[in-house]
Amino acid sequence: MNPSVDALRATFGSAIGRALESCGDTIVYVRRDALLQVLAWLRDTPDQRYDYLVDITAVEYRDRERPLEVVYSVRSLERRVDLRVKVELDAEADLVVDSVVPLWRGADWLERETFDMFGISFRGHPDLRRILMWETYAEGYPLRKDFPLRGRFSRAEQVRQALAANPEAHYSMEELSIAEAYGELSPEMKERLRRGERGKLAGSE
Amino acid sequence: MKHVMETKEVAGQNPNYLLAKVQNLVDWAVNSSRANSLWPMPFGTACCAIEFMATAASRFDFARFGMERQAYSPRQADVLICAGRLPFKLAPVIRRIYDQMPQPKWVISMGACASTGGIFDNYAMVQGIDTIVPVDVYVPGCPPRPEGLLYGILLLHKKIKGESLFDQVRRRDEQPLDERGLRLPPETIDEISEPFGNSVHQFRSA
Amino acid sequence: MTKRTIELDLATPGVDAQGHPTRVPLGVAEGRATPESAAEEPGLASEHMLLNLGPQHPATHGVLRLVVELDGETVVRVIPHVGYLHSGFEKLGEYRHYNQIIPLTDRTDYLSPMANNVGFALAAEKLMGIEITPRCTVLRVIACEMSRIISHMVWLGTTSIDIGAFTPFLWTFQERERIYNLQELWTGARLTTSVTRVGGMMADIPDRFIEGLRHFTRTFPKTLDEVDRVLTRNSVWVGRTQGVGPLTAAEAINHSLSGPMLRASGVPYDVRKDMPYLGYETYDFDVVVGEHGDVYDRYLVRFEECRQANRILEQAIERLPDGPVNIDNPRLILPPKSRAMNDMEAMIYHFKQVMEGVKAPVGEAYVGIENPKGELGNYLVSDGTAKPVRWRIRPPSFINLSALPKMAEGHLLSDLIAINASVDIVMGEVDR
Repeated sequence: MNPSVDALRATFGSAIGRALESCGDTIVYVRRDALLQVLAWLRDTPDQRYDYLVDITAVEYRDRERPLEVVYSVRSLERRVDLRVKVELDAEADLVVDSVVPLWRGADWLERETFDMFGISFRGHPDLRRILMWETYAEGYPLRKDFPLRGRFSRAEQVRQALAANPEAHYSMEELSIAEAYGELSPEMKERLRRGERGKLAGSE
Repeated sequence: MKHVMETKEVAGQNPNYLLAKVQNLVDWAVNSSRANSLWPMPFGTACCAIEFMATAASRFDFARFGMERQAYSPRQADVLICAGRLPFKLAPVIRRIYDQMPQPKWVISMGACASTGGIFDNYAMVQGIDTIVPVDVYVPGCPPRPEGLLYGILLLHKKIKGESLFDQVRRRDEQPLDERGLRLPPETIDEISEPFGNSVHQFRSA
Repeated sequence: MTKRTIELDLATPGVDAQGHPTRVPLGVAEGRATPESAAEEPGLASEHMLLNLGPQHPATHGVLRLVVELDGETVVRVIPHVGYLHSGFEKLGEYRHYNQIIPLTDRTDYLSPMANNVGFALAAEKLMGIEITPRCTVLRVIACEMSRIISHMVWLGTTSIDIGAFTPFLWTFQERERIYNLQELWTGARLTTSVTRVGGMMADIPDRFIEGLRHFTRTFPKTLDEVDRVLTRNSVWVGRTQGVGPLTAAEAINHSLSGPMLRASGVPYDVRKDMPYLGYETYDFDVVVGEHGDVYDRYLVRFEECRQANRILEQAIERLPDGPVNIDNPRLILPPKSRAMNDMEAMIYHFKQVMEGVKAPVGEAYVGIENPKGELGNYLVSDGTAKPVRWRIRPPSFINLSALPKMAEGHLLSDLIAINASVDIVMGEVDR
C-alpha cells in the first residue's frame, strides 16, 4: 500500500474513502467535493510531489448497483510511484465532477474524452465539448453500459445522420468568434453564436 | 435463301463497321491513357494507408503502374483509394472529396474495413464505403499486402480498358445523394450492414 | 488598424491556478501578436484568417483537422479537431475475450503493432497474476525494439517529406521492409502481427529469424548514417527545425507528455528505466535526453533512440535463452495443435478457452510501456468474467497532440507542419 494513503487520511480525514490494492497498484477513493483539493495537495506537497498526470478515465460496471467511477492516475516522476485516485458518482444522480485542468493542462483533452464517452461533466473545464464523436451526435454516450455496441439507431439512420453532419459547421466557440469578428461567418453560425450555445459575445444582443 | 442474322444493338457500339472500328480505336486510346496514368487520391486513414505507403515506396513501387504522382487534391485525381477504416465522423468528408473529383473517376476500396467495416462492427464505423460512394474495385485483406493492392489496381486497369467512351448507359451517373441524404435506399444499407457469420459471441458482453 | 478585439465570456467560466477567470481573448493569444507588434506596421489591414487543414491532408499524418487562425503567415492560434478515426476500440474490448483483444491492439498504433500487443499482454498478465517464461521475456523485448525502429523510421520518412526532403522516406521505408520480412517470418503478417497471447506468444520464432535479425542490426546503422549525413547538419533542415515549437520541461510535464516529446524537453524519464518491465533494467542502453524541446531536439532524440534500439536488439539476440515460450498452464494458454487433436484433455482445454475465454480474477491493473510514441498504458478492469469491464488505452499520441496549440503559437504556418510532424502522432491511437 502506497504510504501516501496514510498521509492523505491524516490530512483530509473523512474525505478519503476506502483504499485498496489491486495487482500491486494502490487505489484510493475520494469524496467528490474534495477532489480538487486532494489532487492539488498530492501535486504540491514536498514529500508527495505527484507532478505527472498519467490518465483520466471513467469506469462503469456491469453491475448496475455499483456507481460510476472517475479514475485519476497520478505519478511522481522523481519518486517513481503511481497512485490511482477514484471518485464515485451515482449513475442516477448528476454526473458532475470538478475539472483538474487548473492543475494539469494535460487533463484538458482527457476530460473532454471522458465527457464524450460517458457524459460526465467537468465543472470549470474551459471548453467541454465532444472530442471523438461529432458535436451533434445524438445517439448518446458510447461507453455507457446501456449503450448497445452497434449503436441505438439503424445503420441507414446512422449513415444519414453522419452524412448530414456538415463538418464545417463544427467549429468550436473559439473558432466561431474568430470568424465572426472578421465577418466570415454564415448566418447559421452567427445564430449559434448569438444563441450562445456554449458562450456569448460581450457586447452583442 | 437469305439468312437474316439478328443484330442486337450493343450499348456504345456503332452498327456501321468503319465507325465501329474508329470508335474502338478511340476507346483504346482513351482507355489506355486513362488506365496507364491513374493518379490516385490517397484517402488514407488507418493501417491500410501504411501498406499503401509501402506500395508507393521503392520495394513495390506503384509508379511502375502509372501512379507516379499522388494527387492530394481531389480536383486533380482520377481514382480515390480509400485505404483504411471509415468512421461515421469521416463519412461526410469522403463524400465531399468524392464529389469534388472530376469525371472520369473511380474508387478503390482497400482493405476489409473500407469494403465492409472489417472487424469494427460497432456504433462508430461505416460498414463499407459503398454505402456512401460507388466503388469499382474492392481489395480484401487486413491490411492487403502491397501485391494485393497492385492486383486491385491492375483489375481496375482491366475494368477501365473494357469501358467505352460512347456508352451512354454506363457513364457515371453522378449518383449524388438523394433527397433523404443517402446514396442507397435505407433497406439496402441495413441489409448490407447486417453482421454475418455464426458467432453470436461478438455482440454479447460477458 | 482594422483589428477588433472581442472578449468572449465562456458560459462555463474556468478558473486558472491564480484564481483569475479564464477568458478567450480574440486576436491576442497569450502574449503574442500584441497590439504593439501590430502597431509596428501601420496602414496594413491585419485581419486574421481562419484556415482549415484537413481532415484529409497529406501533411497531417492521418485524419487530423487543424483549424488555424492566421495573421498573414503567422499562426496566432491552432485548434486541433480529432475523432475522425474513432473506431470504438474500448467499447469493442468489452465484448471480446482477452486474447481476442490482441488483434484489436494491432490496429490502434499501426506503426508499431508488436509493441501494442506486448503492452496489452503485460496488462492482462498483471491482472491475472501470470509470470511469463524467460524466453518469452526476451522475445518481447525484441518485438518492442523492432517496433520502435519501424515506428521511428516512418516518423523520419514522413517528417522529412513534410519539411521537404523526399529521399530519406525511400531509405527508411526500405529498412522497414527488412523488419517487415522478419515480422512476416515470425507471425505471418507484415503489419497486423498479433504476436502475443496472454501468457506467451502466438508462436516461437522460426529458425532463420535470429540470423535475419542479426544481419539487420549490422546493416541498419549504415542507413542511419546515410540519413544522418543528409539531414543532421543540413542548413535547411537545421534552419527549419531549430527553435521551432519549443516546450520547457515544466510545460511538458504539465501537459502529461511522454516519450521522445518529454525527453527532448529535458526530462530524463523513460518508462524502461524508471518503471522497468520485461527485464529492461538488465540491458545496457542510454536514455536520450534533449535540451531545448524544439523540433530539432526531437529529431535528434528519436534518431539516437533508433541506435539505442539497435543496441538493445544486439544484446537481446545474444542472451535469448532456450526453453518454452509459453507458460505451462493449459487453462490459460492454448495447447499445441498436435496435442489438441490427439489428446482429449487438451481438446477440452482448447474448447473452453476458445468458446468461453479465460476468466480473469476480479480486480484492475495498469501497465505502462515505453511505446515509440510515448507511454502506452493499458488499464484493464475485470469483474471475474472472461471479458473485461473496461479496457482503457492510455494513448500517448492523444496526450502529446493536446500540447500542439501551445507549441505552435507565434510560429509560421510551415513551422506548424514541422511541429505537427515532430509530435509523431498516429491517428489510430489518438482516436481509438
